[in-house]
Amino acid sequence: MIPTVLILGAGSDMAVAIARKYASESYAIQLAARRPEQLHALQQDLQIRHNTTATTHAFDATDFDSHAAFYQSLPVKPEIVICVFGYLGDQEKGQRDWQEASRILHTNYTGAVSILNVVAEDMAARKSGTIIGISSVAGERGRMSNYLYGSAKAGFTAYLSGLRNRLFHTGVHVMSVQPGFVNTRMTENLSLPPLLTAQPEQVAKDVFKAAAKKKNVIYTKWFWRYIMLIIRNIPEFIFKKLKL
Amino acid sequence: MRKQLSNWGNYPALDCDESSFSQEDQLLQYVNTHDHMIARGNGRCYGDASLGEHSISTLRYDKVLSFDIKAGIFECQSGVTLDQVLEIIVRDGWFLPVTPGTKFITVGGAVASDVHGKNHHAEGSFSNHVISMEVLTGKGYVTCSPDQDSDLFWATCGGMGLTGVITKVKFRLKKIETAYIKQKQIKAENLDDILRLFDEYRHYTYSMAWIDCLQKGKSFGRSILIVGEHAKKEELNSKQVRFPLELPEKLKLTVPFNLPSFVLNNFTVKAFNALYYAKNFKKEINNVVPYEPFFYPLDAIHHWNRGYGKQGFVQYQFVLPIDRKEGLAAILRRISEKGWGSFLAVLKVFGKQDDLISFPMEGYTLALDFPVRKGLFPFLDELDAMVLAYGGRLYLSKDARMQQEVFWKSYPNAAKFADIVKTYNPGGKFRSVQSDRLGINNYELAITNYE
Repeated sequence: MIPTVLILGAGSDMAVAIARKYASESYAIQLAARRPEQLHALQQDLQIRHNTTATTHAFDATDFDSHAAFYQSLPVKPEIVICVFGYLGDQEKGQRDWQEASRILHTNYTGAVSILNVVAEDMAARKSGTIIGISSVAGERGRMSNYLYGSAKAGFTAYLSGLRNRLFHTGVHVMSVQPGFVNTRMTENLSLPPLLTAQPEQVAKDVFKAAAKKKNVIYTKWFWRYIMLIIRNIPEFIFKKLKL
Repeated sequence: MRKQLSNWGNYPALDCDESSFSQEDQLLQYVNTHDHMIARGNGRCYGDASLGEHSISTLRYDKVLSFDIKAGIFECQSGVTLDQVLEIIVRDGWFLPVTPGTKFITVGGAVASDVHGKNHHAEGSFSNHVISMEVLTGKGYVTCSPDQDSDLFWATCGGMGLTGVITKVKFRLKKIETAYIKQKQIKAENLDDILRLFDEYRHYTYSMAWIDCLQKGKSFGRSILIVGEHAKKEELNSKQVRFPLELPEKLKLTVPFNLPSFVLNNFTVKAFNALYYAKNFKKEINNVVPYEPFFYPLDAIHHWNRGYGKQGFVQYQFVLPIDRKEGLAAILRRISEKGWGSFLAVLKVFGKQDDLISFPMEGYTLALDFPVRKGLFPFLDELDAMVLAYGGRLYLSKDARMQQEVFWKSYPNAAKFADIVKTYNPGGKFRSVQSDRLGINNYELAITNYE
């Protein structure tokens, strides 16, 4: 029986890399995104490159009421669910425009909680499965340049940690992924330092390897664990004066 | 985001705004809201052909769309690189119909440059194997083929991205029995000898020669001819035949930072001499090798271009008509007298090609590197004049500095090409530093000057 991975938010560069990695390791892939017609090329790509099966499914992270029905409709219940979707948004716009702010919060936090609640119930009942949440180091400390996104990711990180605690007792594993800078279309307008920036393929490799080893929290690239350790420990009276 | 971009020659390095797309509508939206843009693949052309005010990277548009394993027909988005194609097709007994000396180019780039390989004399250039393609022109998405909107098709093959962004390509593959090449290496004493050998071995599908540019006198043009065929199963040894279609292992060497250029030169001198003077190298060596070292010897060293230092280099590639052999000798002599070029040059004989704007024509093509230095460009202008006088032309994918006049005088269909570009790219939305330099988007002016 070929194991199945469900990728939520399959349109992003990171999702493409993760889907390819799992496909190359002989998993069947379920691709879910708001506009499934845009996933057909990726579906073909995975099947041709990796000789696996891939299916596409309509999933809207911010349409919370649809989540239970979406999960019910999957032809096969996945062994692994990877929550990749996210929305960086525009911090400055979000400060003035509630629509932008709520989109950032609902995509990165509420939407993730809503769908993973559904997944968690199913996996807990089955007493098996793995949930992987792609959060962000931005959630570890609020900074002036992206605290809307950061606070939503902070919420998501805390949710994952609680979920891990709960599901551990049912045999379900939950892994949190804290990527630092990643070179994707989402970040192509930011000037990221090349040495600190991971390629999506690197993130995908790290996720696969760590999930196979049942790691709890991973940073990718690995040294972000230490960068964030330092950043978290800067005293607030200094931190607030920095322009970060 | 604005950043310094340069292609493989590291010259010129220009401030460009680079964006990418992974869905059709993202590209469409970008093209509708910007001007002065040019598509860019993996940055393996050498000069300024894919540099512009806005460069649109196709690298995230990299999905394989179909692969008919029985018929050998492959279709993909333009950002898929040839090394990815090989990883998919070789295991099923197929190969690229044409491949240049590096597999790290995109399929879109292969069309835009209409790349040629060691088999040009036998199988033509890449466009010869393209069934159809989709291009986002200034007038929207158009699917074209030799039978449908053929003007667009031919102006896009070798058209350096000036008709728009190539988005999808469908092409024919070549059947192989094994992932190995049966190769023959033959020593040539001098230029006459090598040209004679090319003729003698013209029935081989693949052929090219390394030529030593430093030799003078009676060893002038000393070289090694390398010819090959895809190996059949019965030609493999007992170890190879166990997994005949297995891909070679990935090589890991890299040049981590820019080096002074003598390093690379010393390296190639040694490599060539080791081969040429090897004790066991009589007149000829025959062996069966994986396809990788045969087609892509330099891909084994990632970033070998850094071997030419920070100031970069220009690769100079020209072709002369087959009946102008004396021109080849004259130009090679001028290069060797000057002593500024790389020690090795690649020599190859092209077959007939009769299309709109592609580089190849029946004749001799020579390619070598020149590290950028003071006085180089006037010297290359001097070589251009010789190329022009012998009826030859330069390869646009290598070019970073040709004068406008040389282009218009050496490409006989330049005006016709520019006219089609104008139809599909009205207002010159798609333009590069190169096309501005050559005046392709402003051709009425250019033609009156040079016709």
